Amino acid sequence: MAQQSTVNYWELIKNGIIKENTIFKLALSLCPSIAVTNNLKNGVLMGVAVLFVQTMVNATISLMRKFIHPRIRLPIFMLVISGWVTITDMSMAAAVPDVYKQMGLYIQLIVAFASILARAEMFASKNKIAPSMFDGIGMGLGFLFALTVISFFRELLGKGSLWGMPIVNTKPLLIMILPAGGFFAVGVLMAFFNWIDVRFFKKSASGAH
Amino acid sequence: MSGEFTKLFELFIAASLINNFVFTRFLGLCIFFGVSKKMETAVGMSITFTAVMMISASLSWLIFTYVMVPLDITFLKIIVFIGIIAGFVQASDTIMRKTAPGLYYKLGIYLALISTNCIILAVPLINAGEHYTFIESLAFGFGSGIGFALALIIMASIREKLELADIPVSFRGLPIAFVVAGLIALAFTGFSGLITL
Repeated sequence: MAQQSTVNYWELIKNGIIKENTIFKLALSLCPSIAVTNNLKNGVLMGVAVLFVQTMVNATISLMRKFIHPRIRLPIFMLVISGWVTITDMSMAAAVPDVYKQMGLYIQLIVAFASILARAEMFASKNKIAPSMFDGIGMGLGFLFALTVISFFRELLGKGSLWGMPIVNTKPLLIMILPAGGFFAVGVLMAFFNWIDVRFFKKSASGAH
Repeated sequence: MSGEFTKLFELFIAASLINNFVFTRFLGLCIFFGVSKKMETAVGMSITFTAVMMISASLSWLIFTYVMVPLDITFLKIIVFIGIIAGFVQASDTIMRKTAPGLYYKLGIYLALISTNCIILAVPLINAGEHYTFIESLAFGFGSGIGFALALIIMASIREKLELADIPVSFRGLPIAFVVAGLIALAFTGFSGLITL
């Protein structure tokens, strides 16, 4: 984790995307990674929503860090997070009503993301506003990246289309857009990233938990 | 009366089997993968979960119907529900620490994380969205709890066996757990169409 004095913004972003990727590496906030990824559009919009909430929460907590008494910090964090989630929830309901109809519940449940609370606790409450925002952007981009990859494969294989437009003309693998396919896709992608770690970076297989 | 009872029973079956929270709604996956390594913790977690779920569902219903709807502040439901749940979990945390310290030690971080758990928050949100009555909310909460317990116990019994299996290096740990969950989810799709609500 970057220290206060010499903060490299690029490192912060890279940390969120690769080293501490919320889904593939930390295995946190898994619910939407399967629930909304049966097509690319939903996956990307969900990722953007999380990116926004994560960045704004980090910024707000960082601004307020001097006023928050350590003993009541968790309720305050939850309050800030749910405030931003409510804003996102309402904006998305107004802006993209058709998508919201399918995944409204999952947008509201961003409030229960362990990863957002964890970043607020571990990073934003100890750092200045600029690094906190970049940390939020990094973590959010990592999440967006993971959702994009998962939903890309699931829509391509399960429907033969991307962003609603047909691409391949063969009979699709229906299982990939079924619930079960989501678990398979995440499992195989996690194994793939583990394999890259072992094969090219000579790390021992982490096995996450 | 019997018609009402049938509806409650259908709601219960739908919440626990057809719309199983883990396998068709994909909620609570962090806890699902986190505590399903050992049967003992899985059982302890299921019991706590079902109890907290039912109580938070009824508390939230009361506050939603008698405080938030009259005052026209339903847009605050996310904030209020999470407050109710966090308070309640804190209480159950303290009780468990006093009455079952062994179990408390084992569940450790997951018990602390239960307040930021999606399933427990999802139940009141769905109850509010579907305009269930009090008894219906309770049946829905209970069904969801039982469904989660079922998922957790099936998963724990498989993962205990999985410890001894010879798995390719890159699939060890979580990836194989995901694939197993996918197979169980496939079995659970067989329940769809069991009852049409």
